[in-house]
Amino acid sequence: MVNENLVKDVVKEPYKYGFVTDIETEKIAKGLNEDIIRLISQKKEEPKYLLDFRLKAFKKWQKMKEPDWAGLGYKQIDYQDIIYYSAPKQKEKISSLDEVDPKLLETFDKLGIPLTEQKKLTNVAVDAVFDSVSIATTFREELAQHGVIFCSISEAVKNHSNLIEQYLGTVVPASDNYFAALNSAVFSDGSFVYIPKGVTCPMDLSSYFRINSGDSGQFERTLIIAEESSSVSYLEGCTAPMFDTNTLHAAVVELIALDDASIKYSTVQNWYAGDEEGVGGIFNFVTKRGKCLGKRSKISWSQVETGSAITWKYPSCLLLGEESVGEFYSVALTNNLQQADTGTKMIHIGPKTKSTIVSKGISAGNSNNSYRGLVKMGTKATGSRNYSQCDSMLIGDQASANTFPYIKSQQPNSEIEHEASTCRISEDQLFYLQSRGIEFEEAVSMMVSGFCRDVFNQLPMEFAAEADKLLALKLEGSVG
Amino acid sequence: MQSKMKELDPILEVENLSASTDNLPILKGVSLTVYPGEIHAIMGRNGCGKSTLSKIIAGHPSYNITDGDIKFLGENIKSQEPEERAQSGIFLGFQYPIEIPGVSNLEFLRVSTNARRKFLNKEELDTFDFEELVKEKLELVKMDHAFLSRSVNQGFSGGEKKRNEILQMALLEPKIAILDETDSGLDIDALRIVASGIKKISNSQTGVILITHYQRLLDEIKPNYVHVMSDGQIIKTGGSDLALELEKKGYEWTDNFIKEI
Repeated sequence: MVNENLVKDVVKEPYKYGFVTDIETEKIAKGLNEDIIRLISQKKEEPKYLLDFRLKAFKKWQKMKEPDWAGLGYKQIDYQDIIYYSAPKQKEKISSLDEVDPKLLETFDKLGIPLTEQKKLTNVAVDAVFDSVSIATTFREELAQHGVIFCSISEAVKNHSNLIEQYLGTVVPASDNYFAALNSAVFSDGSFVYIPKGVTCPMDLSSYFRINSGDSGQFERTLIIAEESSSVSYLEGCTAPMFDTNTLHAAVVELIALDDASIKYSTVQNWYAGDEEGVGGIFNFVTKRGKCLGKRSKISWSQVETGSAITWKYPSCLLLGEESVGEFYSVALTNNLQQADTGTKMIHIGPKTKSTIVSKGISAGNSNNSYRGLVKMGTKATGSRNYSQCDSMLIGDQASANTFPYIKSQQPNSEIEHEASTCRISEDQLFYLQSRGIEFEEAVSMMVSGFCRDVFNQLPMEFAAEADKLLALKLEGSVG
Repeated sequence: MQSKMKELDPILEVENLSASTDNLPILKGVSLTVYPGEIHAIMGRNGCGKSTLSKIIAGHPSYNITDGDIKFLGENIKSQEPEERAQSGIFLGFQYPIEIPGVSNLEFLRVSTNARRKFLNKEELDTFDFEELVKEKLELVKMDHAFLSRSVNQGFSGGEKKRNEILQMALLEPKIAILDETDSGLDIDALRIVASGIKKISNSQTGVILITHYQRLLDEIKPNYVHVMSDGQIIKTGGSDLALELEKKGYEWTDNFIKEI
């Protein structure tokens, strides 16, 4: 159940993650060319196949055009004006967490993600990513006892190269889209998870992404592999300082689930959204996709998108394995001049595959919030089913909400159901709650929480409370 | 009896209240004083301003007070937010209770009850303690526990909605309850349940205003005063006999009162 007191406590707080950590960083020169890519690869001591992967992606990217079909309004990005590698300076080889720069530990402490042995969260393992590099991963030994690998992707390249070579780019090919190609060329760090056959990961795994520099982009890459009959729940959180410039965040996430495996991937995205006039904020252009390769495998995305100046992402599922299951539960909240164009693609390829989409969009202020989704039934997807529900809530009379459901079916023996609704918080509803002694702001957040309940129920417990707090925070002063 | 009451301070004083919405005058100088232990009935044709009066007392933002004052326990509340009024003990039973999709009735009742308790410097109730309290109050309105897990008023029948209003009133224990046509649309059994709920909360310390069209509620709950409203004014005040007479003669009879003024 949603904790109403929490909502109340934070309702008046401004964006509290907007601070900048003053730390010496190693940055390479601005700009993007083959030499830069070679430099990044060299810094990370990568094998040749990976450098080739990057260079190939870069060649493809150069031939591609930045997409504009979403109709998002933003100033042209100058890709030569971005720093593609920025890392806090620290000792070459760190053998334990205690050697991590205290300033970095303090930063994550402030973000509510303590990393040190004494203070670390007890029920969740954390990979902390700061600008371009992963600085620490907790509970590694405990996880290793179960055969679970949880580390930064740079380390995985060094220590588990065979898995990287086998799977990287197999779900999101470098040529998939403009931003995926860019990421494939310049990705710096991110998380790697491997769950061996038959293992239920003993604790939730989580990555926390922190952008600190104003002039560097963040291009992280996450790869999660769940072997036969294994399962894992993975959480992702994101924050960034308040800069008056826009920062590009173009990540790629790939999930692979084999026979009877299940991956649950939850995101609470709270990148800096820009100010009330729409100055600054993160461009969150992300490609997330899961491949249900095995029979009866399951991939479930749940996301709460509250931050970023622009959110442009479609966590998707490729349902190949017979009877595999894809799920997408989303809450996207936009306020002020934020724009969100988010949704999912459920590509039914195998027979008897099943997908569920529940999307809740809340638009306040002058924001624009769109659901865009594709449900596709391939020729072999006999007996497959999809259910989609897309609801929009408008707050105030300046916000807009759109729903773009694309449906393609090549298999008559399959079912696709789509429901959509739009509602508005009415003055009468607010007055009713107020006339029962409930404060105005709390009345709004109660109604918003109620609207999002189907999605919040899918989130891990701590995340649900966090998500609720965030929504209340974002809506402050947006009504009336 | 009456004179003894008057020695107490009034709960509610509406003084020469005029109000409009969209520049349309709705109330044109209404005065009404409620002392502890009193039950007032307000009757009158549809559109005479009864509901508006109740909403304005509760603080509805759509109306503009153009003249006069509203005092609650001696304090002018004209500029108070609706939630402040509710917390301090004004309860409005809605003629058409509002549906709030997705918000559980139980959570709504708990947050609301705690807001009132906080104002009274009483300890706020956690989920478990609240369950105990609400169980007891459910008895009063003969509501099934299953109502609590549904969304606020959503899919409730007319009678269920009204009983949910009485349940809220029983939980909030207001100083004054203004019940706007709580009796309309109820069958005999539901009416009895609602009436007994109202009787339970009214005592020598509280005041009740019943807005109604029908004598049948007033058969169950005998008012001390009956006011007849017409065109934004109280045109006649009398004892409970007035309601009986009104029932017999109809509102046409009251048209003559306007001429008297």
